[in-house]
Amino acid sequence: MLVEVRVKLKEQVLDPQGEAIRRVLSGLGYGEIEQVRVGKLMLLEVAGTDAPEVRSRVEEACKEVLANPVIEEYEVRLP
Amino acid sequence: MSGAGRRPRVAVVIFPGSNCDRDALAAVELVGGEAVPVWHQSADLAGCTAVILPGGFSYGDYLRAGAMAAHSSVMTAVRRHAADGGPVLGICNGFQMLLEIGLLPGAMLMNRTLRFICRDVHLRVERNDLPLLGHLASGQVLRLPIAHKEGNWFAHPDVMREVEAKGMAALRYCTPTGELDDGANPNGALDAIAGLVNVQGNVLGMMPHPERRMRALLGGEDGAALIRGLVEAA
Repeated sequence: MLVEVRVKLKEQVLDPQGEAIRRVLSGLGYGEIEQVRVGKLMLLEVAGTDAPEVRSRVEEACKEVLANPVIEEYEVRLP
Repeated sequence: MSGAGRRPRVAVVIFPGSNCDRDALAAVELVGGEAVPVWHQSADLAGCTAVILPGGFSYGDYLRAGAMAAHSSVMTAVRRHAADGGPVLGICNGFQMLLEIGLLPGAMLMNRTLRFICRDVHLRVERNDLPLLGHLASGQVLRLPIAHKEGNWFAHPDVMREVEAKGMAALRYCTPTGELDDGANPNGALDAIAGLVNVQGNVLGMMPHPERRMRALLGGEDGAALIRGLVEAA
């Protein structure tokens, strides 16, 4: 099944990249976009049909390598 | 630990994408060590008693700088070596790896300028009571080059307190006269931290490149004391 992993910087971590994008958007007239945070979207094709099992394995992978728990948080989305 | 007449063997681990490994090997030889290139898929450290994780862009900085290298098979041997009190020096990308494998606390964020910064910086020596830093004077100001985009060290407040309490900040970005000043902090690193040691004092990670400052002819010798400290601790 296709599993989505979203990794984003934790709320309390500054995101200078997002801020730079926000400034560009503001300059282009998108002043109403008040904040931008940049994250990563990973699409994992996982063999398996047991959703809780797949979720638990992917979450394990997130903890081990896909996200750095010091600065990032992750979200696993199953179909 | 080296026997009489035998040069200390220092492993320089080479990852796909390392680009400071040759400099590190030459630096070790220059201060009297026997530099041993060790491929990242190696299961052991080839009998070496000190390790350098060199700078570069291991695995093209995919996912996060140092994240892929952290899972190379040689890292099991590096962890064991560090746990046994063996000296480890992580330079730039090597420092990022030490954070990723949890031998040092915190994580690297992108530089606050969003730019790759390649220039000399000044560093204040905060610790010199450890073998790795023993050739330096406390408060001494070093001038070394940095070359990175992810050197903005970050840690949560509770981790930060531990870093302070246990004296883990080894090197801080400073002005040429040794003052801490936000303008002298090139990347936004928390508390101007450029180099960290672990609690035991045998693992040092630093963003600046000592291996690039080994000869006066090539811009200065400020890096030699650090490499010498590692070789003598081997």
